[in-house]
Amino acid sequence: METDQCTFYYKSKTVNSALSRTEWIQLKEVLSFHDWKLVTLALPKSCHLSSHQVTVSSSHICRLYDRFHALDKDDKGSLNRSDFQNISELAVNPLGDRIINAFFPDGMDLIDFNSFVRILARFRPVDQNPKKEPNAPEPINSRVNKLKFAFQLYDQDKDGKISKSELLQVLRMMVGVQVTEEQLESITDRTIQEADLDGDDAISFEEFKKSLDKVDIEHKMSIRFLR
Amino acid sequence: MQCNRFKECASLLVVVLLICSSTKAEQSTTNATAGNEHGAPPSGYQIVTFKWHHVMDPYIIALWVLVASIAKMLFHMSSKLTTVIPESALLIFIGLLLGGVVWGADHTASYSMTPRLFFFYLLPLIVLDAGYFMPNRQFFGNFGAILVYAVIATVWNAASVGLSLYGVYLTGVMGELKVDGMLDFLLFGSLLSAVDPVAVIAVFEEVHVDEVLYIIVFGESLLNDGVTVVLYNVFDSFIAIGGVNVTGVDCVKGVVSFFVVALGGTLIGIVFAFLLSYISRFTKRVQIIEPGFVFVISYLSYLTAEMLSLSSILAITFTGVCCQKYVQANLCKESATTVRYMMKMLANGSETIIFMMLGISAVDGGIWVWNTAFILLTLLFIAVYRVVGVVVLTWFLNRYRVVPLGFIDQVVMSYGGLRGAVAYGLVASLDEARVQERKLFFTTTIIVIYFTVVLQGCTTKSLVTWLKVKRSEHREPSISEKLNGRAFDHILSAIEDISGQIGHHYIWDKWESFDRKYLCKLLMRKSALKSSDQILDVFHDLNIKDAITYIAEGERKGSLAFIQTPNTDQLVNVNFHSSKQSEVDASMSVLKEGASAVCLDMQAVELRWKNLRESEDVYTHHLLQQYLYKPKKQLKYKYGRHDITSTEDDAQEKEIFEKTMKRRLASFKSTKYGVSQSKKVAKHFKKDPSQKKRSDEMLSNGGQLVFHDPAFSDPEHPHEYEVISNGGSNFIPNVTRQALADTYNGIDNPAFMLNEEPVARQALPPWATNNDTVVLSQRARVQMPWSPNNVRRLMPLRLSGRSTDSFLLADVPVPEEHPLSFLPERTAL
Repeated sequence: METDQCTFYYKSKTVNSALSRTEWIQLKEVLSFHDWKLVTLALPKSCHLSSHQVTVSSSHICRLYDRFHALDKDDKGSLNRSDFQNISELAVNPLGDRIINAFFPDGMDLIDFNSFVRILARFRPVDQNPKKEPNAPEPINSRVNKLKFAFQLYDQDKDGKISKSELLQVLRMMVGVQVTEEQLESITDRTIQEADLDGDDAISFEEFKKSLDKVDIEHKMSIRFLR
Repeated sequence: MQCNRFKECASLLVVVLLICSSTKAEQSTTNATAGNEHGAPPSGYQIVTFKWHHVMDPYIIALWVLVASIAKMLFHMSSKLTTVIPESALLIFIGLLLGGVVWGADHTASYSMTPRLFFFYLLPLIVLDAGYFMPNRQFFGNFGAILVYAVIATVWNAASVGLSLYGVYLTGVMGELKVDGMLDFLLFGSLLSAVDPVAVIAVFEEVHVDEVLYIIVFGESLLNDGVTVVLYNVFDSFIAIGGVNVTGVDCVKGVVSFFVVALGGTLIGIVFAFLLSYISRFTKRVQIIEPGFVFVISYLSYLTAEMLSLSSILAITFTGVCCQKYVQANLCKESATTVRYMMKMLANGSETIIFMMLGISAVDGGIWVWNTAFILLTLLFIAVYRVVGVVVLTWFLNRYRVVPLGFIDQVVMSYGGLRGAVAYGLVASLDEARVQERKLFFTTTIIVIYFTVVLQGCTTKSLVTWLKVKRSEHREPSISEKLNGRAFDHILSAIEDISGQIGHHYIWDKWESFDRKYLCKLLMRKSALKSSDQILDVFHDLNIKDAITYIAEGERKGSLAFIQTPNTDQLVNVNFHSSKQSEVDASMSVLKEGASAVCLDMQAVELRWKNLRESEDVYTHHLLQQYLYKPKKQLKYKYGRHDITSTEDDAQEKEIFEKTMKRRLASFKSTKYGVSQSKKVAKHFKKDPSQKKRSDEMLSNGGQLVFHDPAFSDPEHPHEYEVISNGGSNFIPNVTRQALADTYNGIDNPAFMLNEEPVARQALPPWATNNDTVVLSQRARVQMPWSPNNVRRLMPLRLSGRSTDSFLLADVPVPEEHPLSFLPERTAL
C-alpha cells in the first residue's frame, strides 16, 4: 500500500518524464528497501525540480539515493560532516574539507537527500542542445552555477570577494610543503593582480568569471555519471 | 649528449649481437665436429677445457634475455622513440634483426618459441602480474561489462571470422586448401580472437581516458585470454573427433565444457588464493622466503588447473585478484615491496622475451606459406568484426550502464584490437597431423600480429589525439587559469568520490562487511588487523612533533614571544613588488642618461619590463607546475608493466592526509570549546590566542567540556595553566596575564591555524541568494548540531592520545562503536 502511494505521488510529480520499466524497477527496489516516508519526503522535491531545472533522471536519483544511504552510516536520514569525512578518498584530496563544507551552507550541520542531490546536480554535464525557453530559469548546472560553486570554496567569509588571505589559504592547501610562505604570497599577489580589474586587491565573482573565460568549465566541472 | 650515449649503447648492442651470432655459428660448427671430439680419447690431462655443450642451452637463454634487456634499455635512452613506436613493435624489429643476422650467418632458424615455453613459463608470469595488481573495486564494479566483452565479444570474434573465412573459401577465391571443413576455420578464428592489451595500455598512459575504460579494456584482455584458450580447446577436440562425427550432443557438451572449464578454473584460483592468504598469515618467522610463497602457490594454481584441464589462465588470474588484499596486509613492508617489484620484473621480462621471440621465430624459411586472399581477408575480417562487436555490445551495455562509454572510448576499444602472444602460442601448438594447413595458419597469424602491433600500435595514439584535438586548443594558461584549473580537478574528483561514481555499492558494501567480519579475521595477521589504529598513532605523533618543534623554536629564540619564522631556504623567490620597484629605478636612470633618446629608451624600458614580467611568469609557472598537487590518478601506474611510479603519489597522499588531519584537529579543537562558528576566517590567525582566551572564558561560564591535553592545548604556555576544580567535574584553564601579553605574537604553524571553520549565519552574498538554501528534513531538524552526543563521540581520541587528565572522563560513558568518527576508515598511508 505504501508503495502504491509512493508511486502515485512520484508519478504525479513527474508528468513530463514517464518512468521507463527499468527505472520503475530501480525505484521499487529503493522503496522496498528504505524508509518509504523518507522517499516521499526526498524524491518528489527533487523530481519537482527535475521538471524545471535539474532534470536529473530518476535512475540517477535512485543511484544517488543508494549512495546517500551508504554514506549515512547510522540510518539517520541525513548526512553530517563526519559521514563525509569517512570517505577515505576525501582525506587525501587537498580541497576535501572545503568541499565537505560546501555541502553545509549557512552553518547547517545536517543535509538531507534533497539538498545532496541539488548540490550534485550542479555537476551534471551541460546539455548539448538546450531547449530554447525564453522565460525558463537558469539551469542549476549552468556554467555560472558551476563557477559559483568553485568561488564559494575560496570565499569563506561570503562577502562576495576572494581576498588575498582567502586565496592564500586555498593555495596553501594545494601546494606541497616545499614551497615557502613567501613564495606562496608572491604567487597570490600575482594571481590577484592578474584577475583584479577594479584594483581593490580582491577578486569579485565577475572578475573570477572573466579570468576563466577561456577555460572549458562545462567540461571540467562535469561528472559523466550524471549525464 | 643523449645522442652520444645512444651511439655508445648502439655500439654495445652491435657487439652483443656479434657475440650472439658468432656463438651461434660456432655452435653449428662445433655441432659438426662434436662427434669426432667425443670419439677420440683425450690425449692427456687438460687443465682447462672448453665445454660449450655443457652450458649451451641456459647460456643461450641468458644471452637472449641480456640482449632483450639491453635493447629495451636503448629504446628508453631516447624518450621520443617509445612514444612514437610502441615498445612491442620495437622488440619485434630487434627480433627480426637478430634472427636475420643468424640466418645470414648460417642459414638456420636461430630459435623458435615453443608452446611449452610460452604456456608454462612466460604467460603465467604476465597474467599473475595483471591479476595481482588488478584494482579490485573497479574490476568487480564493472564486472558485468568486462564479462560481456570478454566472453561474448570473444566468441563473436571467433565465430564471425571463422565463418566468414569459410564462406569465402566456399566461393573458391582462396584456391584449394587442405581443410576438413568449417571446423578448421573456426579453430583458426578462435585462436585469433584474443585481444592483447599491451599497446592499448601504452596508449592509455599518454592520452587521458577515464578509469572506467581502463578497467574494462584491462579486465577484458585478461579474461579473454582464458576464454580464447577454452574455445580453442573445444574446437581442437572437435577436430580430433573429426568434423563429420561431431553430433548435436557433442556441441552441447562443448558448450557445457566451455562453462565448466572457465568456472572451474576460476574456482581453483579462488581456492588457491584462500590457501595463499592463509599461509601468508604465518610466515612471520621466515621473512626471507615470504615473497617466494606468493609466486610458488600462484604457479601451483596454474599447474593444478592445467592438470585438471581447467582454464589455467583464469585460475592464476583469480589467485592474484583474490589474494592481493590479504597478502599485502600480511607480508611485512619489505616483502610486499619485493613481491611488487619481482612481479613487475618477471612480467616485463616475459613480455620482452615474447615479443622478441615473435620477431626471431618469423625468420625461418620453412614455415612460410603464402596465400594472398586468405591473409588479406583475415586482416579485413578481424578489423571489421572487432568494430562491429564493440559497437553493438557497447550500444547494448550503454542502455544499462550508469556511466556510458562514449564515442572515443569505442574507437579506442575497436581500433586497439591488437593480437598478440596468445595467438602465437596457440597457433604454434597446432598439430600438423590434425590441421593440415598449419603452416598457412601460422603465417597468417604472424602477419596479423605484425600488422596489428606495428601498424595499429603506432597509429592509435595519433588517431586518438586527432579525435581529441578537435575539442581543445593549445595555449599557455595564465596563472589563475592554472591555479583554478587544478582546483577544479580536485573539486571534480572529490565530487566523484562523494557521489560514488563507480561500482555497485550495495553488493560491494555487503561483501565488505562479510569480508571484515569473517574473512579478514581468518586470513589476516592480528597485527595487520590493527592497522586502523595506526592512523591514530600518526595523528598523535604529528601533534607531538608539532608541539616539540614549537617549543624548541621558542627556546632557541630565547623567548616564547617570537614572530613568523623567516624561511631560510628560499628556492625561488619571486617578489613582485620589489621587482617593480627596481624597474622604476632602472627606468629613471635610463631617462637621466639623455633626453634626446627618450623615445627609444621608453621602448627599451617597456621591453625590459615585459621581459621581467615574463621571467617572473616563468618562475611562477615553474613553481606551480612543480608543487601543485596532482589530481588523483591512482590507477594508472598499476596497469603498465613498464614501471612502478607509485612512490610520488604515495608521498603526496601522505602529505595531504597529514594536512587534512591537522586541519580537522584544529577545527575540532575549536569546536570542542563550543566556540561560536561565526569567527571571521579571513582574520589572520595571530588573533587566535585571544579567541582562545575568550572561548576559555565561555567555558568557565558554560562549564561544558572538561579536559585539556598538553599536546593539543596552546603549547606556548604549557605550564601556566592552573586546574581549578569547580564542582568536581569541571576545570577551567586559567590563562595568565603573560598569555594576554603574547596575544599578538603568533607562530606560523599550520597545525595551530584555526581557519577552517565554516562561516555561519552571515548575510548572504548576492550570488548565493539563488534558491540554493538547504531545507532540512524533519529528522535533520530534530538532531541539533553540536549536541553533547557529537562531542562525546570524539572523546576516545583523547583517551588514546595519552591525555594527562583523561581521568576526568572516567565518568563519561564512552560509546565504542564510533571511535574517531571523523577519521576516514581506511587510508592510503
